[in-house]
Amino acid sequence: MARDTQENLPFAIRAFSPEQLKEALRKMHLIRLFEEGAEESYMRGLIHGTMHLSIGQEASAVASCMELTDADKITSTHRGHGHCIAKGADVGRMFAEFFGKETGYCHGRGGSMHIADVKTGNLGANGIVGGGLPIAVGAGLTAKRLGRDDVTLCFFGDGANNEGAFHEALNMASIWKLPVIFVCENNKYGMSTAAAYATAVPNISDRAAAYAMPGVTVDGNDFSAVAEALHIAIARARAGEGPSLVENLTYRWRGHSKSDRNRYRTKDEIEDWMSRDPIQRFRAELVAHGIIDEAGADAIETAAKDAVAAGIEFAKAGPAPAITDVTKFVHAEEAA
Amino acid sequence: MNAQTHISQPETKTREMSYAEAIRDAMAIALERDPTVILMGEDIGTYGGAFQVTGDLVERFGKDRVMDTPISELGGAGVAVGAALTGLKPIYEFQFSDFAALAMEQIVNQAAKLRYMLGGEAAVPVVFRMPSGSGTGAAAQHSQSFEAWFGHVPGLKVVQPSTPADAKGLLLAALADPDPVIVFEHKLLYKMKGEVPEGYYTTPIGKAAVVRQGKDVTIVASAIMVHRALEAAAKLAKEGIEAEVIDLRSVRPIDRETIIASVKKTGKLLCVYEGVRTLGVGAEISALIAESDAFDYLDAPIQRLGGAEAPIPYNPDLERAAVPQAAGIEDVARKLARGQV
Repeated sequence: MARDTQENLPFAIRAFSPEQLKEALRKMHLIRLFEEGAEESYMRGLIHGTMHLSIGQEASAVASCMELTDADKITSTHRGHGHCIAKGADVGRMFAEFFGKETGYCHGRGGSMHIADVKTGNLGANGIVGGGLPIAVGAGLTAKRLGRDDVTLCFFGDGANNEGAFHEALNMASIWKLPVIFVCENNKYGMSTAAAYATAVPNISDRAAAYAMPGVTVDGNDFSAVAEALHIAIARARAGEGPSLVENLTYRWRGHSKSDRNRYRTKDEIEDWMSRDPIQRFRAELVAHGIIDEAGADAIETAAKDAVAAGIEFAKAGPAPAITDVTKFVHAEEAA
Repeated sequence: MNAQTHISQPETKTREMSYAEAIRDAMAIALERDPTVILMGEDIGTYGGAFQVTGDLVERFGKDRVMDTPISELGGAGVAVGAALTGLKPIYEFQFSDFAALAMEQIVNQAAKLRYMLGGEAAVPVVFRMPSGSGTGAAAQHSQSFEAWFGHVPGLKVVQPSTPADAKGLLLAALADPDPVIVFEHKLLYKMKGEVPEGYYTTPIGKAAVVRQGKDVTIVASAIMVHRALEAAAKLAKEGIEAEVIDLRSVRPIDRETIIASVKKTGKLLCVYEGVRTLGVGAEISALIAESDAFDYLDAPIQRLGGAEAPIPYNPDLERAAVPQAAGIEDVARKLARGQV
């Protein structure tokens, strides 16, 4: 393909190799299939408690993490399965955690809401809305103070943007010019409360102006648009120029959690968003640009299905924590 | 006020300094020893801290390591947690312990639980310093004693130094600890002088100190109450009543062994603490005795002296009346010793 025509291509097609793009498609399928597998396991009584599914938000998770390395950090949310997989976690150990097993990422102590993989830079999902925002700023402070060039990507939802922690975190990241990228996944609802009702500004990214940082709103179901916004924000962070706020507009197909009866939104709205599936959009884009053919894309999806099935088997086979270990990991001296 | 100091190694060279100077000395040593140590807090730089504890440290170590934070307690505490999680060792100063109420989320939901929630795969070696207690005329929102609040949270360690030597040693121990530690510093003690060992040393977390030996009654006290208990004990000694005074030093973990051994010796227990009496530190001490074999040694009901069931008042007479004073301790201890309770 001639250079002069490349500028008309979507950012992602220009910026990433075919291998990277195929890997992104694999991760998006893996997230979808992992969550469907988790949901089914919950229905079958293999997983207790609750979980918050991000089905429909896969492009936001994967595209946001495209340019991150294992040295880069993320902080995640209660809707964090996609972030965890996007950052490189193994679905077998994730399922093991959901099944409450010792072989899980958190040795069965955290579950879905605290899923983490510190080795790949995932500092953890968080059960407190806005809880990860100041923590991400602290991770950025560490990088700056120790002279490292890693960045921290802070995922949060539209609900968190009305927490005080949001204000304090963005202000501090800005005054200290820390390498933090604040990624708001605006899926239109904080539990049942519409972001449009709960937030005084039309776009959450409008709030960036109050912290003297760039703010941009993108179609969060458009892989390339998200990747491009993050490319700019990550480059700015790595260059020591400070934080950015990126708002990915997206939609969760499922309810807030397992208790949701979907009283606050219409079937038409849900179906409209489902008709614009971010995974199918990305797949079609890759096929259209000759990155992959239909058979190749099918093979990726099939491989992801196999990985999920194997992950569930790994989880089932793992040992449960010993009952006598209930206080293990409270303090360092009690760690293994 | 002069502190009784209990230096275990007599050969150690000591220097007289105030409680605030001892804390500053600890922080300076930590900043020199470990490049990952940073100080954070409101007005801790050029201003030197609201109580002049950080003093000139910003001049010695620079603004990158002695960082003024905005008035953002929740965010500031959270930044300290995130920094600790990723490789720094922050000491975060709350200007008043009362303001920690703004940061409960980060201290209780995040710092205390991250190691556990992540199955031991992460550590949060953060220290929160909290100027605490009443007696300054600052009324209800600048005078509280929250040690029981934080002592109720697994994953936190909570200490309350009563002397300059322990203020330094416990702070350095807190910093060496791989888990979050809260240090309650009593504001009325900042100017108290005492002999402090030079150089680096730690005072073990979780160990109480018997600061006065006695056979007639055990008084377990913490922070400034240790000094009031010693004052009461000195008066009682003139009447022939020998009170044993234990400086609790650590609320979580609590030193069961030292307290149990003392109660077995004296058969009588008085708990003195500044926090609100109900559901306070004294309740835990009373319960641990009631549950232990020391119960059989009790010759009288356990007594508690704690803060009034009220916010700390402004009027100085009311303020004094709201927390235990030496005369009150003396009175209850005497009655206990004489079998009048």
